[in-house]
Amino acid sequence: MFISIPRMGDLMSTNKSTKVEVKNLTKIFGKHINKAKELSRQGKDKSEILKETGATLGVDRANFKIYDGEIFVIMGLSGSGKSTLVRMINRLIDPTDGEILIDGENLMKMDKKELREVRRKKMSMVFQSFGLLPNRTILENAEYGLEIQGVDKDTREKKAKEALETVGITGYNDEYPDQLSGGMQQRVGLARALANDPEILLMDEAFSALDPLNRTDMQDQLLDIQERLHKTIIFISHDLNEALKIGDRIMIMKDARVIQTGTPEDILTHPADEYVEEFIENVDRSKVLTAGNVMIRPMTVNIEKAGPRLTLKMMKANEVSTAYIVNAERKLLGVVDANDVIKLVREKKGDITPIIQTKVPTTEEDTPISDLMDDISQTGIPFAVINDRKQLKGIIVRGAVLGALAGNEVSDFE
Amino acid sequence: MNSLLLGSIPEVPLAHWIDGFVDWLVQFTGFFNAITNFIGSINNAFQWVFDIIPIWLFIVLVIALTYYVNRDQQNWGLLIFEFLGLLLIWNLNYWRDMTQTLTLVLTSSLIALVIGIPLGILMAKSHTAEIILKPILDFMQTMPAFVYLIPAVALFGIGMVPGIVASVIFAMPPTVRMTNMGIREVPDELIEAADSFGSTEWQKLFKVELPIAKTSLMAGVNQSMMLSLSMVVIASMIGAMGLGTKVYFAVGRNDAGNGFSAGLAIVILAIILDRLTQSLTRTRRKN
Repeated sequence: MFISIPRMGDLMSTNKSTKVEVKNLTKIFGKHINKAKELSRQGKDKSEILKETGATLGVDRANFKIYDGEIFVIMGLSGSGKSTLVRMINRLIDPTDGEILIDGENLMKMDKKELREVRRKKMSMVFQSFGLLPNRTILENAEYGLEIQGVDKDTREKKAKEALETVGITGYNDEYPDQLSGGMQQRVGLARALANDPEILLMDEAFSALDPLNRTDMQDQLLDIQERLHKTIIFISHDLNEALKIGDRIMIMKDARVIQTGTPEDILTHPADEYVEEFIENVDRSKVLTAGNVMIRPMTVNIEKAGPRLTLKMMKANEVSTAYIVNAERKLLGVVDANDVIKLVREKKGDITPIIQTKVPTTEEDTPISDLMDDISQTGIPFAVINDRKQLKGIIVRGAVLGALAGNEVSDFE
Repeated sequence: MNSLLLGSIPEVPLAHWIDGFVDWLVQFTGFFNAITNFIGSINNAFQWVFDIIPIWLFIVLVIALTYYVNRDQQNWGLLIFEFLGLLLIWNLNYWRDMTQTLTLVLTSSLIALVIGIPLGILMAKSHTAEIILKPILDFMQTMPAFVYLIPAVALFGIGMVPGIVASVIFAMPPTVRMTNMGIREVPDELIEAADSFGSTEWQKLFKVELPIAKTSLMAGVNQSMMLSLSMVVIASMIGAMGLGTKVYFAVGRNDAGNGFSAGLAIVILAIILDRLTQSLTRTRRKN
């Protein structure tokens, strides 16, 4: 059902070296920890333990290995313990029990100073809501990790700029985080993590706060960067599609326990239990994918800026026969056809309003494509995806829908 | 019934105990003399500066400072107010009194800040410290300010210094509280970010927590300054010179005219100090 593309992990499968090894890692929040441990050994589940002891089982005896240079996705719904788990790997949360070995060194045996060195040199973290310092410029944010290591100003500026370039942020050095969009802010978050040149990247739901188009962009970019830098990436996600797309291996968690670890192919073909099966069932792509997932960027013309001549020029440059007309607030007004525009240009008219066709089928970002299939197959004009303020977010073309159903990722630029 | 019941229980000699405590403190004369000299010299330094600056230059400096701190969003009304207000104080012959009051306010705010900010940080970092300090701060702020004058005189004599000490006690709580609150309100994710990159506790404090808590911290400093200004009339009762003395004397002589004009001078000073510290609070950006 899915097109299988060889991934980093598969290519290196003959020569895997372990980067991170986690043994019996456990976190219990609250009091009565020993009793809770006992109950979990007896096989009681998270809610039973909470009821009997008042303690919350965060992560229960997790065992796994992460190989050098792979993207390891830890997947689960909220409350499954995935965020707790990733925070134990750099000991932002201190485990109740268990071992964390990084390159064979036990993190649990380190004192504060040694731990600080590991955090400074070996691993960096990217946060869900970016975690940028609002009082610092973009460049100063990217420099943070190096600054606290005492790296001199010139060197750290140079490295921070390189990292910002790597993630595609240039020309914003002196702006502040709140002047940038969410996608851009998360790029800065990623750049800040990369500036230290760590071996391990911890990414906690790093793309979950972004809108669908931006999220796809960032996923692609992460894969791009990974191809060049070969970091070991531990990526937390609640989105199976994201996990399948970027993960070399995926670990599925439920209620503090690890359910299954394997390649995307493994998980799809040999689900460990009903829970995972249910998850995969949901990957009936026409139901999982929404209009927002398969939409592409349309060619838009701002009616308040462009007349027929400019419109035609833009359409030629983009090689499209239909352009979407919006006003300054990106509110969708309709579409124009290239032939009509050419006619207007020949007649030397200055206004494109008369030729706008206002009958455009529209839908919203979170509509599943299964609901749209009938209409898509019957109409020739692509669906316009709009939000509640009638602003144009993207369009859905047949090719992209078919591609997405076949398991291909939708590219934003056709 | 009530009186019968109470009559059987001897009165708690609370006042006697407190007297005993103050008497016990008085024996450390050397220690309190040292503090008196220290605070006195800060006070004298401020006063010395204000005395050698010619009045016209002082007015120019205040206006220039206001202009500078508001440079990206100029407030012309405030500049005019400052100019006219200071001229009025000069004209009413309150200039030296005004500088004495200003000295008292600046000295006590400075001390409140130097003690209050570290206390606020300690309170934010340690749960135990918070539990201990909270009731003490409530006590400091709600106890009628007059009461502080009595032990202050016993320990520091009369004059500016006991006035400053009483002002510090009364005015410090907002600085402590707002510093504590500002640091506690730093988003968890920023603390996690600072930790995950391997910051030391000091680096986290100076590079993340204090800069982000700055707005609320400065609001605390502003409040402390206003509270210490509210102490000037009370402090004048134990010999702290300044506009407060004029008001105090006017009360004694039932002299509404002079009382109000000295009071008005305090108001003018209060508005200038308030607006100046508020503009320092605003975050300023490079571009």
